[in-house]
Amino acid sequence: MNTSVNFAGVTLKNPVLTASGTFGSGMEYSEFVDLNKLGGVVTKGVAVTPWEGNPTPRVAETTGGMLNAIGLQNPGLDVFMSRDLPFLQKYDTKIVVNVCGHSEEEYTQAVARLADSCADLLEINISCPNVKEGGIAFGTNASKIEEITRAVKRVARQPIIMKLSPNVTDITEMALAAQNGGADAVSLINTITGMKIDINRRTFALANKTGGLSGPAIKPVAVRMVYQVAQKVQIPILGMGGIACAEDAIEFLMAGATAVSVGTANFGNPKVTEEIVAGIERYMQRNRVEDIRELIGCVK
Amino acid sequence: MKQYIIATVAETVRLAEGIYSTTVIAPEIVKFAMPGQFVCVYTDDCAHLLPRPISICDIDRSTGALRLVYRVVGFGTDELSKKGAGASVRLLGPIGTGYESVAEGKERPVRILIGGGIGIPPMLLLAKEWSKAGYEVHAVLGYRNAELFLRDDFAPYATCYIATDDGSVGTHGTVLDAIRAEKLIPSGAEERTLFAACGPMPMLRGIAGAAKELGIPAYISLEERMACGVGACLGCIVKSRETDSHSHVNNKRICTEGPVFEVNQLCL
Repeated sequence: MNTSVNFAGVTLKNPVLTASGTFGSGMEYSEFVDLNKLGGVVTKGVAVTPWEGNPTPRVAETTGGMLNAIGLQNPGLDVFMSRDLPFLQKYDTKIVVNVCGHSEEEYTQAVARLADSCADLLEINISCPNVKEGGIAFGTNASKIEEITRAVKRVARQPIIMKLSPNVTDITEMALAAQNGGADAVSLINTITGMKIDINRRTFALANKTGGLSGPAIKPVAVRMVYQVAQKVQIPILGMGGIACAEDAIEFLMAGATAVSVGTANFGNPKVTEEIVAGIERYMQRNRVEDIRELIGCVK
Repeated sequence: MKQYIIATVAETVRLAEGIYSTTVIAPEIVKFAMPGQFVCVYTDDCAHLLPRPISICDIDRSTGALRLVYRVVGFGTDELSKKGAGASVRLLGPIGTGYESVAEGKERPVRILIGGGIGIPPMLLLAKEWSKAGYEVHAVLGYRNAELFLRDDFAPYATCYIATDDGSVGTHGTVLDAIRAEKLIPSGAEERTLFAACGPMPMLRGIAGAAKELGIPAYISLEERMACGVGACLGCIVKSRETDSHSHVNNKRICTEGPVFEVNQLCL
């Protein structure tokens, strides 16, 4: 039985990765999960310099999901490269570094600094809804996506995954723009912008007023978008959005994702990533699937 | 060592209006638990996926019993309050840095524990441990009214003082009013005294102010909305004076560097 996939030239032992921002750099979850069992770890967004993030409350539960407006708090590349990357290097898993920035220059600086690092892939976060500059401001404009992709590709040594926002009219245009800019892959979906009001305090549940909705509530939207993008682009897709069990992951593969990221579900069960890997294997045995690649995009 | 387990409920009882006590058998967690730490309680409903952080009220290392006392404020606490003997509940814990970092020195033998409302429960285990360690423990407990939940549990370990919002029992007013009314800190006793407090933010700010004025060290337990409970999501931060170990941006994680902080570490 083969569970490995080739994702943008990188062989993943299985198609299950973590989703950026939900798993730190793997250290906090390594108490519960054997990171060697995962196809890859996608680290929390990191920028050239440390970012403070937003005021609290930063998270709020919603039915079937949650809102977050962390605001990309991160320690910056110096700490990340001296502390987090060496930690992850000890494990037999692929390292995907999520990169954020306020400007094109900050993205390219970060990507250039990571060129000689042990990162296997870079995921460029142009879709965070919770920061004023960068993030989603770039991710909702096709020509800007193409421009940033091109700029990043010029300095990158690792394959580049452009992480797309669902907060657009037609996500396939954004995916095509990334492909035209030379992206090696796309990942989708980032969170959907939402709002919750605390009726007892008569104010917003989040200090940032709006936040990104994630969790099972957004899964059908994500599956639809992965399917639509898969029909339009030739580059591989890292699918995500509400995956909480093996069956969810398999849906994304069938819709056309080559690999998947598990995010919010980690909060509801710290062992969930490993359970999803095992669940996919059980599905394959039960359904006599010899090679996981049979499942990828099998629903047309 | 955080443990992710399925525990069995031994009993759930109602202590006061909206306040419940659930005892679970969780030897894996109890083995490592310290005063001031908390556990994450997961719901059985996948539509409510975030764990609920609840302070550890008491433990029994011989039986593995873990007692949680909480206010029903939403879906998760409501579900827990309906779990009787034999029900199972998913837990993660113990979480956070409790009072183990507080200097063990005998130079501050008078320990004033201050609990306000649902901040009272975590003070019980602390009262027990500090009384066992030989400190002179005073518990100042602030309630809304005469429903004095847990007061009798404190009695063997601490001298108790009560403040109520409605004046029905003890001092009419806040815990700080009770500290003054009972003359708990006679002149000259400041150097021998230490505060430990848990409660709503206005109360904690008041204690921080009083502690500064009197020159008494104060340790407080904080609460914040959190998602992961393990230090990964950066949801539950508090502004700190010194740089934090995670992001180096003066944002300490309540679930990891806290929930107990010395007040001077924080920008409240």
